[in-house]
Amino acid sequence: MAEFEIECKDLTKRFGAFTAVDGVSFGVRKGEIFGFLGPNGCGKSTTIRMVCGLISPTSGAAFVGGLDATNEAESIRQRIGYMSQKFSLYDDLTVAENLEFFAGIYGIRGTARKNRMSEVMALIDLTPYRKALVASLSTGLRQRLALGASILHSPEILILDEPTSGVDPLSRRRLWNLINDLAIRGATVLVTTHAMDEAEHCHRVTMMQSGHLVCTGSPTELRASQITGTVYTVDCAPLFKALNVAISIPGVADASVLGSRLHVRVEDGKLTSDTLQTTLTASGITVSSVGPGEPTLEDVFVAVAGEAA
Amino acid sequence: MDAAISCMDLRKQFDDIMAVDGVSLSIRPGEVFGVVGPDGAGKTTLIRMLCRIIEPSSGSANVLGARIPQQVDRVISNLGYMSQRFSLYGDLTVAENINFFAEIHEVPRRDLQERTQRLLRASRLEPFRTRQAQNLSGGMKQKLALVCTLIHTPKVLFLDEPTTGVDPISRRDFWQILYGLVADGMTLFVSTPYMDEADRCQRLALMNRGRLLTCDTPANLRSKMTRTVIEVDAPDPRVAAPLLSKQDGILAVEAFGHRLHATAARTVDIGQLRASLEAGGVQVDDMRIVAPSLEDAFIASLEESNSGG
Repeated sequence: MAEFEIECKDLTKRFGAFTAVDGVSFGVRKGEIFGFLGPNGCGKSTTIRMVCGLISPTSGAAFVGGLDATNEAESIRQRIGYMSQKFSLYDDLTVAENLEFFAGIYGIRGTARKNRMSEVMALIDLTPYRKALVASLSTGLRQRLALGASILHSPEILILDEPTSGVDPLSRRRLWNLINDLAIRGATVLVTTHAMDEAEHCHRVTMMQSGHLVCTGSPTELRASQITGTVYTVDCAPLFKALNVAISIPGVADASVLGSRLHVRVEDGKLTSDTLQTTLTASGITVSSVGPGEPTLEDVFVAVAGEAA
Repeated sequence: MDAAISCMDLRKQFDDIMAVDGVSLSIRPGEVFGVVGPDGAGKTTLIRMLCRIIEPSSGSANVLGARIPQQVDRVISNLGYMSQRFSLYGDLTVAENINFFAEIHEVPRRDLQERTQRLLRASRLEPFRTRQAQNLSGGMKQKLALVCTLIHTPKVLFLDEPTTGVDPISRRDFWQILYGLVADGMTLFVSTPYMDEADRCQRLALMNRGRLLTCDTPANLRSKMTRTVIEVDAPDPRVAAPLLSKQDGILAVEAFGHRLHATAARTVDIGQLRASLEAGGVQVDDMRIVAPSLEDAFIASLEESNSGG
């Protein structure tokens, strides 16, 4: 068996003079949840479309379950479950009717269809809503139904494009528990998200910027390897004035507000916590404490995207 | 000074649904106030009542000293509101959209150029001023919508899920603009489904089924949580997770890549928990009690409220 369930080798896509995806290589192992992060327009969707065999690469190749995505697109699509933020559910059909419709598309018939539908319905925990019109469902329930519809044919590979966009925290946690369950049963998951706290659910993440992958690793590895300098947590007031002051202090790489405190990253050896405190105080900020802080994945994102830009 | 925004026992009934059910709040001038809650909690309805778009069924609201909706004309030029689907004109350029909204809000011509300049710089949209809005990326569109909402320099700004689907870099730009205005005295009322965004607010209200569950600083919301979160490093989370969830007092188990988070009803004897996992054949590398995330705190109070009624 191949080492990777999804593999891209030097994948490149040009549209005229514009290179949307530029020499991208990565591999996703069986049962792994792999997060794909990057700003809008960085090339994520184009990469995903090539992996699904929907468009052909200009050069390089994508493999899914060992099959070449360009030449064997048909057989690949049977093995992939694809769900996007704008998954087309039928608003005027019920939950059960939608599942039935998608089961039909995948060619699941008779008893197999009936069994698989109740299995999926139970898995996504929508059995009590089976007769509800999709139009009446909340965003969270819709997304769970969309995920259900995309796994009816028991795909080994799941490609989820911003599955939780606009979904409330409780529904989001349930959706992630569901994704984890599927991975535990052996599904390989490629997922895009803009929510950094969600990226923490992934075994590994990669960050894409202007068509390139800028770093890949587990969230813990990236926090340890991609962030230079030291992060401090500063308890101070007034907070927003402090933020403006902090950003302009020489040696401060980045500053943001985190949980009513200031989160400041300083360049290596540039500023001690004492100097940071003195400089803020000199600008009229009342500082009650400066302590060590933990870099966040957002820090990583901002740091690598800033360097690559 | 008095509260910038306040409401007392505010209610809104749509047919047989009580969308907002007796909400009372008081928000200081210059405060960043957030509302989080599941779909259908009543966040949007609350915002719309506070900025006079819909009329309450009962109760009272007051913004900048004016009774809403009766005296809204006195303060309307000081209010800003951005809905989830803010309408930009796709076929107009960035600059033309800004001019259009400036005219609607009767921004004096002599102020317009300076304000436009400042907001375009802060949003990093300056290089795109002649680009049609429909050709901007999602993050840029959202920043332009914010610029248009801010062109009349509102003193109170209401944002309804402003950054859904927006990448982290654009989101940071977006908040950076807001912090600058808050430092100058603007009051911000924002609803969000993102917990890391909620963490940027000074105070946070949790809503569910039209009611206010709790309202406090993010730090206090975390420390008030009576549940304990235990992080488990297990080489094989697939074996560890099911056993962990069966342990006495464990309410839920979630996977974060190779780590597991178990939520317990109260305090737990870590040593005992570890021993019983190991007795069940699960290898545990490390185990510790971790600080609950804002999401943990939110979900706890939501579940307690759902089970209570």
